[in-house]
Amino acid sequence: MIEARGVRAIRGGREVLKGVSLEAKAGEALAIIGPTGSGKTTLLRILNLLDPPSGGRVLFDGADVSVGERARFLARRRMAMVFQKPSLFNTTVEKNVSYGLRVRGVSGTEIAGKVAGALREVGLAGYENRRPSSLSGGEAQRVALARALVTEPDLLLLDEATANLDPRTAEAIEDLISRVRDGGITVVMATHDLDQARELADRVAVLMGGEVAGMGTVEEIFDRPGSEEVARFVRRRQRPLHG
Amino acid sequence: MELILTLDPAVVEITVRSLLIAVASTAIATTIAVPAGGLLHFHNFWGKRAIINIIQTLYSLPTVTVGLLVFLLLSRSGPLGGFGLLFTPGGMVVGQTILIVPIMTGLTIAALSGITDQVRDSAISLGASKRQAIFTIMVEARAAMMAAVLLGFGRALSEVGVAMMIGGNIQGYTRVLTTAIALETSRGDIEFSMALGIILVSISLIVNLLVNRVQGRWWT
Repeated sequence: MIEARGVRAIRGGREVLKGVSLEAKAGEALAIIGPTGSGKTTLLRILNLLDPPSGGRVLFDGADVSVGERARFLARRRMAMVFQKPSLFNTTVEKNVSYGLRVRGVSGTEIAGKVAGALREVGLAGYENRRPSSLSGGEAQRVALARALVTEPDLLLLDEATANLDPRTAEAIEDLISRVRDGGITVVMATHDLDQARELADRVAVLMGGEVAGMGTVEEIFDRPGSEEVARFVRRRQRPLHG
Repeated sequence: MELILTLDPAVVEITVRSLLIAVASTAIATTIAVPAGGLLHFHNFWGKRAIINIIQTLYSLPTVTVGLLVFLLLSRSGPLGGFGLLFTPGGMVVGQTILIVPIMTGLTIAALSGITDQVRDSAISLGASKRQAIFTIMVEARAAMMAAVLLGFGRALSEVGVAMMIGGNIQGYTRVLTTAIALETSRGDIEFSMALGIILVSISLIVNLLVNRVQGRWWT
């Protein structure tokens, strides 16, 4: 579905990604884990085609979408990304959720039905006329998720989507992500929450210092890490949760 | 107050003319300043910083300087003399437009700069084209852009240099609130000047209240 081949990113004179290669196959959930500053967000933005890579290629369904504005635009219309901060538009929830449909020229009657369905899906039915300023952090993130899902993307990218939420709200969002994954949508999620990665992902990529330090199934990464570096990271992160 | 309450014909006529000229100037300036501000904000090109610096310098351009410049342009021997706009309301609109375009352009840039990159990222990520994303950012900046238009209107309505030098303060034709206040005060008709002054301040107040109301509806 989406593949990074030798992706490099230089930001502010620093090499943030040093030739990252990974792939998320259609219908699978791939978690990208790693310490803060390892390049997770930069990689996700490049996969979402928001920023161009400094080197390497991004392939979407086998086609190189790293170059060519038209190819990038068409590929982007088949994916959606939810950011760490919901950054909703300053208008009603209904207008926020319908945004992706309106820019695609979907008719008004179809929009109403889809928006109502998406809001029901995220547990916010009846919130159509609310404004972002009246929503809690969790509600805003759920609107952001509804806004992404209403476009029925083939690929959903999540950048620390539960990082700023309380555990209960984060759990509700995780349930939603789990349903999305079960619905067959390819999910690529950047997270520093290893339990979340373990629970939601089919495969895990460990990003450290801008490089893929390990890649494998959940069991391989957490139970049989291939390198001491990955083992240390996974153990250190899990200790407070289990100890 | 009596002149206002009894709707003195001379007061009403001057007020209506002032409003029409200021509204026309603001409308024309908006069609120039908003696209120009958008162009400068959304595109990077050589000399962009210098242009923005020049625009910011022009904020404080004295109205008499603009008046002189437009006078030279519109005078019979000037490059636009053939249009016969000197000492006409049309000429005043041209002058006031030139006066307020820089501040409205600068404030449009400031309004657009106030919108975070996250708005652009969200729009693009949700499938918006570049043009649709620009439109979304402009809609997000609507309150600050409305303030830019309001400020332009306020400056056009309250300026005196251009109105005096290009309009000529001709009774029943180019006399507006500010030039009438200047003239009547020098003549010693303080009562008439005060009436016009109160109207000038009241218009500004009403426009401010209207804009605050619109912004309140949009933002909360």
